[in-house]
Amino acid sequence: MSTLDDYKGQTPSWCPGCGNFSILKTFKDTMVELGIEPHRCTVVSGIGQAAKLPHYTKCNTFNGLHGRSLPVATGIRLANHEMLVIAVSGDGDCYGEGGNHLMAAMRRNINVKQFVHNNQIYGLTKGQPSPTTGEGMVTKNTPLGVISEQFNPMALAVALDCGFAARGYAADIDHLKGLMKEAINHKGFALLDILQPCVTFNKVNTYEWYKQRVYHIEQDYNPEDRRAAFAKALEWGDRIPLGIIYRNHRPTFEERVPMIADKPLVKQGFDMKKIEETIKEFY
Amino acid sequence: MDYSIKIGGEAGQGIQTIGDTLARVFARSGFHVFSHQDYESRIRGGHNFYQLRFSNNPISASQERVDILVALDRESITRHEQELMPDGRVLYDSTALKLKHEGALFLDIPFEKLALEQGGSKIMMNTVATGAVLGMLGMEVAPLLDIITTTFKKKGVEIIMANRSAALEGYEAAAKSCTKCPFNLSRDSSAKPKLLMGGAEAIALGAVASGCKFYSAYPMTPSTGIMNYLAAKEKEYGVVVEQAEDEIAAINMALGASFAGARAMTGTSGGGFALMTEGLSLAGMTETPVVIAMGQRPGPATGFPTRTEQGELQFVLSAGHGEFPRVIFAPGTPRQAFFLTNKAFDLAEKYQVPAFILFDTYLSDSQWTFDGLDTGKARYVDYRLRGEAFNRVVDYKRHAFSESGISLFGVPGDAKHTVVTDSDEHDEDGHIVEDALTRIKMVEKRFIKKLPLIKREIAPPFLYGDHAPRVVLVGWGSTYGVMKEAVDRMSSTTSIAMLHFSELFPFPMRERFDYVRLLSNAKLSICIEGNASGQFARLMRAETGHEFTAQIHKFDGRPFLVEEVVREVSAKCKV
Repeated sequence: MSTLDDYKGQTPSWCPGCGNFSILKTFKDTMVELGIEPHRCTVVSGIGQAAKLPHYTKCNTFNGLHGRSLPVATGIRLANHEMLVIAVSGDGDCYGEGGNHLMAAMRRNINVKQFVHNNQIYGLTKGQPSPTTGEGMVTKNTPLGVISEQFNPMALAVALDCGFAARGYAADIDHLKGLMKEAINHKGFALLDILQPCVTFNKVNTYEWYKQRVYHIEQDYNPEDRRAAFAKALEWGDRIPLGIIYRNHRPTFEERVPMIADKPLVKQGFDMKKIEETIKEFY
Repeated sequence: MDYSIKIGGEAGQGIQTIGDTLARVFARSGFHVFSHQDYESRIRGGHNFYQLRFSNNPISASQERVDILVALDRESITRHEQELMPDGRVLYDSTALKLKHEGALFLDIPFEKLALEQGGSKIMMNTVATGAVLGMLGMEVAPLLDIITTTFKKKGVEIIMANRSAALEGYEAAAKSCTKCPFNLSRDSSAKPKLLMGGAEAIALGAVASGCKFYSAYPMTPSTGIMNYLAAKEKEYGVVVEQAEDEIAAINMALGASFAGARAMTGTSGGGFALMTEGLSLAGMTETPVVIAMGQRPGPATGFPTRTEQGELQFVLSAGHGEFPRVIFAPGTPRQAFFLTNKAFDLAEKYQVPAFILFDTYLSDSQWTFDGLDTGKARYVDYRLRGEAFNRVVDYKRHAFSESGISLFGVPGDAKHTVVTDSDEHDEDGHIVEDALTRIKMVEKRFIKKLPLIKREIAPPFLYGDHAPRVVLVGWGSTYGVMKEAVDRMSSTTSIAMLHFSELFPFPMRERFDYVRLLSNAKLSICIEGNASGQFARLMRAETGHEFTAQIHKFDGRPFLVEEVVREVSAKCKV
């Protein structure tokens, strides 16, 4: 069994009060409570403050390029589907630069867990708008306010029949931990959008702002009803639902690839003698 | 004996089927075969051709001259009639073309009528035409009938029988009408069937023979053939072939699979590779092995999508931001493509670097014959740290400093150790750093220390012809065959040799073979390249200081033909 000590990493370089701290703590708690050992998990990340998370804990890590964590994660899963693969991104990384990969991952239903630290702003580059920045918000390079409509990841997920789509909140640790566990245990692609206050660059979506709006989705809500899920996904503004918005039981991509039905690619041998047989086809 | 057959028509008329079948018949009959294709970027219509050459002697390129022109449309006649040898023949069907040509050169065989009679369908016109070519040549028809039986095995006995009789009808009709044909096949009865292989297949097969387990790509000519071949073999060999959402994803997926412990490859052309350059740089920083098959076609931008050029050498040499080592191979034949793909995998894994197979449309689409392929010579060493061996390591660091610059690469999950890498500058553990000293040591490790070691693995260029030549033809990649034949044709009157580079980068050292001395001792050193600016000549100058005395460039999207090279080289010799 692993302990919190096993998940100890480097000292974070985030701003004091950043929502990332509670997400990191929740991540570690989740892994320990699920009994996952660090070497059984690979965290793939891109670029941004969220993407630094794997350095602040302990696990196999591929910290790649901005927006590109999902293709790397997909390659890892296809080569070794016995490995738990979690992609950790920010809103710019996943919803902006990596948009095409997000759509493809949902379509494939590759068994990767995508955690998005959604602070509705660009932190690392110091205060530009992200795809989830609210319309009209004034930022460093949008002095007249953001013109584009705010991106809605939950609505996209429902539209593309994403295996699992949920929204958590960085300051609601116990609830977030439950969602992380559900996402990891779900068979298929799981998108967990985590609302995260940015204390330095986002003066609109503050802890106070969220506190007044977020609520836990009702007990009797059925996340497997796609129409209801779409309605729930559209809720934003005065009231912001937290919880599992949508879930289905589509087979995973890995389950449908016969080449890895017996064992992962990384454990498969290689028979040079077969080539001799294949060469005969060229005569 | 050396004959060229050109099959022309619109896209979708089945030119390739006729060409491939004839090539197979000749190869099985023990002839040497060379074929290449010329087609437009469209599914139907336009003008395409398939050029096929066969001989008793080894051949390695297409010629300008044509002995038999199979015309499936009128345009084939108007465009290519002038390429015909004085005693050549045009094979066509006046009913299908709705045009009757008079004259002894024209052989009118009713493809359409015979197809309808034998199979009840126009589809079999191609089979009739294929049979007719063999009839004109006075070749045995049996190998064709065998091939038909195998090709249509899944379609049932009826289809097989109908095609066999269509082939026979075409064969007999042509044999009867072509009594005055000049073709004389002096077939060597002891000649054994030959292996017939195209460039794209050879790269794909080389990958399989190297233990490649993962291939992700986005379709793009001329690399698509590699993906298609691997997909056809995916179950047999346990290779996962995934069509990525774009080329950025393609290379990142391959890097993910490679990081996880599987041998991985991607393939593309210039435009797709432009999107991959960010990922290439990532491979360099994270020291993740990957093989990239880069198929050149004429640019810039979309250029000539289905045609050929050697225009991406400088691009591949310098692609990717930052400094990191890379290996670039440019095979000249399908055999070289097979073994260099194998070597690319070996070096990529051994040194944990990206390795390229730089080919082009011409090599991808051309088919060559060989007596065999000694696959036993393919090298396979598993350099990864797996299972118990990984567990035994004390204090594992993914990017540990070492004398060679190479660090042990453990397979994540195989041991209690974690494997950490980062696109940011990192320490030995793989974690982000900012300090100058670690930066210096890391650049030395992954770049400066590895370079001389990789350089030692690179074979010198191949010298063919006179060993103290007055004239040297120098080239790389797909011009191998045409330069070799030009040397053969000119060697009786000129002291001439070919110097062919297939292992391009790191640039070959001079210790084992001082090719620079050979070049400077020659009166003429001529660099032949399928591009407009002389990209290899530039590389040669940068690496060795040698300045070619002359350069021959071709950038019309078409391959060099033998007569053309002889003409141009002769002209340079006269100056």
